[in-house]
Amino acid sequence: MRVLIVEDDQTAAEFLAKALSEAGYQSEIAGNGEAGFELASQNSYSVLIIDRMLPKLDGLTVVERLRARGDRTPVLILSALGAVDDRVKGLRAGGDDYLSKPYSLVELVARIEALTRRTASDGAVTSYTVGDLVLDRLSHKVSRGGEPIILQPREYRLLEYLMRHAGQVVTRTMLLENVWDYHFDPQTNVIDVHISRLRSKIDKGQERPLLETVRGAGYMIRDDRR
Amino acid sequence: MTGGKQRTLIPRVLLATPFRLSAIYVSIFCGIVALTFIYVYVNVQAFLTRDTVAAVQMDLDVLQDRFRRGQLSALEAAIADRSAPAGNALYLLTDGQGRRLAGNLDAVSSDLWNTEGPTTFSFRRTAGAESSEAPALGLVSRLPGNFRLIVARDVERQDRVRRLMRGAFFIGYGVIALVGFIGGVLMSRKILSRIDEASTTAHSIMNGNLAQRIRVTGRDDELDRLSLNLNAMLDRIQDLMTGLKDVSDNIAHDLKTPLHRLRTRAERALKSSQSPQDLAEALGAVIEEADALIQTFDALLNIARLEAGSRAESYGVLDICTLVRDVVDLYEPVGEEQGIPFHFSCAGNILIAGEKHLLGQAVANLLDNAIKYAASSRDGAQPEESDAEISPVEIGLEDKGESVDIVVADRGPGIPAKDRERVLQRFVRLQPSRSIPGSGLGLSLVAAVARLHGGSVMLEDNNPGLKVRVRLSKNLTSDQAGRAAAAPEMRAQPHAAI
Repeated sequence: MRVLIVEDDQTAAEFLAKALSEAGYQSEIAGNGEAGFELASQNSYSVLIIDRMLPKLDGLTVVERLRARGDRTPVLILSALGAVDDRVKGLRAGGDDYLSKPYSLVELVARIEALTRRTASDGAVTSYTVGDLVLDRLSHKVSRGGEPIILQPREYRLLEYLMRHAGQVVTRTMLLENVWDYHFDPQTNVIDVHISRLRSKIDKGQERPLLETVRGAGYMIRDDRR
Repeated sequence: MTGGKQRTLIPRVLLATPFRLSAIYVSIFCGIVALTFIYVYVNVQAFLTRDTVAAVQMDLDVLQDRFRRGQLSALEAAIADRSAPAGNALYLLTDGQGRRLAGNLDAVSSDLWNTEGPTTFSFRRTAGAESSEAPALGLVSRLPGNFRLIVARDVERQDRVRRLMRGAFFIGYGVIALVGFIGGVLMSRKILSRIDEASTTAHSIMNGNLAQRIRVTGRDDELDRLSLNLNAMLDRIQDLMTGLKDVSDNIAHDLKTPLHRLRTRAERALKSSQSPQDLAEALGAVIEEADALIQTFDALLNIARLEAGSRAESYGVLDICTLVRDVVDLYEPVGEEQGIPFHFSCAGNILIAGEKHLLGQAVANLLDNAIKYAASSRDGAQPEESDAEISPVEIGLEDKGESVDIVVADRGPGIPAKDRERVLQRFVRLQPSRSIPGSGLGLSLVAAVARLHGGSVMLEDNNPGLKVRVRLSKNLTSDQAGRAAAAPEMRAQPHAAI
């Protein structure tokens, strides 16, 4: 999978490219907005990573122009501006995700994974299955090994998100943003507490736990097929 | 010569406003005095002249009458009779050849004989051995037979009166001008000295000596009042400066401490030759420190933006009940883990215009604080007490019409009344809570969010514990308020996506 990084800070771009290559992505780097727009319109990429403040052509304008041309490639906007309004502007311009600097590489790679898979697996999927864990999106029922599991609405959404991204690392911020729709710093380990409750419901007494903690990154539902 | 140099040639006192004002005042005053004097002088002079001329005329009429009735000898006799006493009446009768026939006047200049009407001339007056020139005013008359008669009065006394008047005027004028000038100078110097003192103080303050104050004389005059007001202003500025200094000191401390920890960790990991696992662990800790720093930094930036900010673009109408309930749901498991239950109560929906994420963050900070402090107070309590009853954190909403209060009450240690104002400031953490993790920015952010929503934060006593009351203005337009009344079931629906 090819990724285009549009970022004027060369060191940051190279670190990013290295981290992405470890995760199995090939990346190209454009140092300014114009070059980024050129490359993005000539080639096909799985995802675009665009810094907001760029020389020559500002990042949001690049996204707007691509969207105006009908380009649907997922875009992750990077920005030193982290306020709510900045995020809103970024997403309104056509960005699919917004990450404020400084970010952790783990967080960024996890989000890139989510963006690239999302385009493939979203839509008409009516149920997710991981091992013997089944989540039915129509009836909102969850079962493991045929045994029904009763979940609170929030726990259900948490599990649904984790299962949709089965095999991928999902960070705490991603969970907070996608399951709770909060874009703020929760101060404490709220997500961990919710995860441990969910874990006690789906993994308790099971021989093979499915919900894993990925140290220094977040959580992952193990997907045996991959 | 430059203007600046020229200015130094003129004493500063003469340039001062009080001096200028008194100079103008004295000039006007002197002008009026001069006009008055001229008026009086002219009138007195005219009166005296008129008086003399009338007397002379009457005298002349009588003498002419004598001459017509009793011939020349009668006239001569009358003149001799009148000139005899040492009075101020002057007479001279001459014949056609200009020979003096009678009178006490000596010869006069020939021009005098040709004048018409009242005329002034000088004559030689002889008193004993002395003789002197003296002024006279009189009339010249031709009598039948080519005789000529001068009747006049010695007006030296009148001249003396005029001279006296002029003298008195010039002395008086001089005294007024001198007193005015000296008074102006003294007044200017007096006022200048006080204003100069204030200027000097101001300079000293500008040079950084903020504790300086302008002297107040205690006379309660306008300069005193000005000084008092300036001093009050300086007090306020000094307070603000001190506050600002505290904030920057705190920022320096609270950002430098974790930076120092981070640096030390990295340095130690580098210096001591450790196993790869140890190194990885040390690096992980370094990253954690960096993350905490970033969090603090973000929070600071956020507060600064909120404080400088106006209504965000992302404002919307939302149900504050649902919003608070959602955050309570998010934190409830954390509270339960710590053994601190939440009690949430909200009657119906309360719509307000606001920014969801900021409000969410504010409520999250309040709940986070409540859990932290309630837990700390329980852990600090005696074992038998902690068994007794776990006090819940009460979260409620109070609809106040135009505004709504979010109330979070805990049974933690509370905040002493004197510190309540202070803890809303950035980085202020009270001594007993230094051991509890946190940046000291939580309540500052809540206060900033409340201010942005046209409200405020009030800290109250929960007897025991702390009750935080966040007042938010609903900020609904009349249109939104109307819709809110018509459709009370309308609300944000975070659960609806399930």
